[in-house]
Amino acid sequence: MKTRYSFGGDEHIFVEVDEEMSLDAFFKSLSITNAVRDANIRGVTEICPANASFQVKFDPDQIRPDDMMAELKKLESAAENAEKRLTTRIIEIPVFYNDPWTHETLMRFRERHQDPNGTDLEYAARINGYDTVDDFITAHHSTPWFVSMVGFVSGLPFLYQLVERERQLQVPKYLRPRTDTPKLTVGYGGCFSCIYSVRGAGGYQMFGITPMPIYDPEQKVGYLKDFMVFFKPGDIVKFNPIDRAEYDQIVAEVEAGTYEPRIAEVEFDLDAFNADMEGVNAKLKEALYVG
Amino acid sequence: MSVNVIKPGLLTTVQDLGRPGYFHLGIPMGGAMDRLAMRSANLLVGNDEGAAGLEAVFMGPELEFTQDALVAVTGADMPVFVDEVEQPGWTAIEVKAGQRLGFGFLRSGARAYIAISGGIDTPPALGSRSTYAIGALGGVEGRAIAVEDELPLGQASGKGKPGSTIPEALRRGPGSPAELRMLPGLYWHRITEAAQKGFFEDEWAVAPEADRMGYRFRNGRPLEFVEREQPFGAGSDPSNIVDGCYPYGSIQVPGGTEPIVLHRDAVSGGGYFMIGTVISADMDLIGQLQPHTPVRFVKVDMDEALAARAERAALMQRIRETVG
Repeated sequence: MKTRYSFGGDEHIFVEVDEEMSLDAFFKSLSITNAVRDANIRGVTEICPANASFQVKFDPDQIRPDDMMAELKKLESAAENAEKRLTTRIIEIPVFYNDPWTHETLMRFRERHQDPNGTDLEYAARINGYDTVDDFITAHHSTPWFVSMVGFVSGLPFLYQLVERERQLQVPKYLRPRTDTPKLTVGYGGCFSCIYSVRGAGGYQMFGITPMPIYDPEQKVGYLKDFMVFFKPGDIVKFNPIDRAEYDQIVAEVEAGTYEPRIAEVEFDLDAFNADMEGVNAKLKEALYVG
Repeated sequence: MSVNVIKPGLLTTVQDLGRPGYFHLGIPMGGAMDRLAMRSANLLVGNDEGAAGLEAVFMGPELEFTQDALVAVTGADMPVFVDEVEQPGWTAIEVKAGQRLGFGFLRSGARAYIAISGGIDTPPALGSRSTYAIGALGGVEGRAIAVEDELPLGQASGKGKPGSTIPEALRRGPGSPAELRMLPGLYWHRITEAAQKGFFEDEWAVAPEADRMGYRFRNGRPLEFVEREQPFGAGSDPSNIVDGCYPYGSIQVPGGTEPIVLHRDAVSGGGYFMIGTVISADMDLIGQLQPHTPVRFVKVDMDEALAARAERAALMQRIRETVG
């Protein structure tokens, strides 16, 4: 890992912690952004952590860009020794895989896809070496995922699979981005899964849809009353496959204001995870169904 | 205390100076694309510079007033009418209860800013009235204004003076070709030296895909990449990176072909490499570029970027003193 600093014009500093994605890079980026927040540097207006990088927006009328850069570099070494441990939460996200809405959309944009004669799931299953779409879907929902970035548009989470690198699913983005994606589509691009928080453009492959809103600007959904965005970096997600009947049931509960996502508080320790991935994942999943 | 929308124009949204502080959640700061024009319009009608007004793209709305008000239209050059009588731009004009404010065809620029004394008083969302349509946030129900909307107004300060005007020497619009100054950086090292040189040599043109999220440019030569093995998680295209943050004004080039400059409603991050960032002093100009306008990117260093920023701030200060 080699940290690289760059100015993004006269108002931003962009810091790439590593060129490639890893949880180590994510935790280092998170530690530095936490240190930047705690340091209360004059002129800092936005601190945005990403997967393996982060960005600080500042007001150059209040702090000179070179001074801002020097402040950030000072914080890097302190963050190096920070504990790679989080008290966080695991959330069960119901997913209706192979649903009719993403299917209708992917058929409309077939000419922008690597495989115009198949579906996104068929293509993803094949290039990842799975015999059937069902096997691929099982691989997608059987391990937990780590929210390593929130962004692109309103509250969209990027999710990183908690397995050995050899087992991580990888799928390229569409050849040319779509102009439409259904709201709450569960997508996939590179090594990241995502949940589209709103309807709109997108380039990730489409695998399914969740009935559970994750962004509500009107703050009417019960669990989004305190804040309109559901996810934050460090959240852990377990996808739970559901069928059409369960999907309709949850949609009705959301509309009635009675739906509550299944959430449990958990500890995540990166060293413990790296030492025993299966064991840690089993414990994470258990936490959802205890108490 | 409201203004009735008779015709909405092409795409007219409520905007102020935006909602910084939520970019880490994918909610951009938003607000007027041409800040200098928005601030100027507000000053002319006696509002705080950050009051909410209307941003009208390419075509103005038609508005009916239910009370007397002071109005100023700045930014794009579009004839302004009160009932059938043409009025000067960049000037505080009186509109009486029952009169209509309308617009003729666009002459230059892309976005007109309409300030009304008292400011538009739609409910703030996350500290701003700016419309962020992608996230259905702010403005009128999170969308552009529509026929039959009634735009509520705040209390006028009474400080605006009818007839007060901002002289032409203090107005700013893009030239042709427009010049956008940019500070190279971010993933600039991913393209070859020849491509770096070519990027500044080529004349680009604004593509039709140009909106509040970003402006796309075409007609330049494709950028040639420095060869590398793609890092894990980045994706297979040489223009892909592990999804990271995008600065406002950053220039991403998907596939190395058509640069996109992100603007006020920027996506907060993604998986395309960026070659640098348009400096803060030139962001307003982008909001006034029409499709097909020829554009050159001009390389600057940080000192030049800061000098341009100071010059822009001094211009705004002169406008404040002029309006008094």
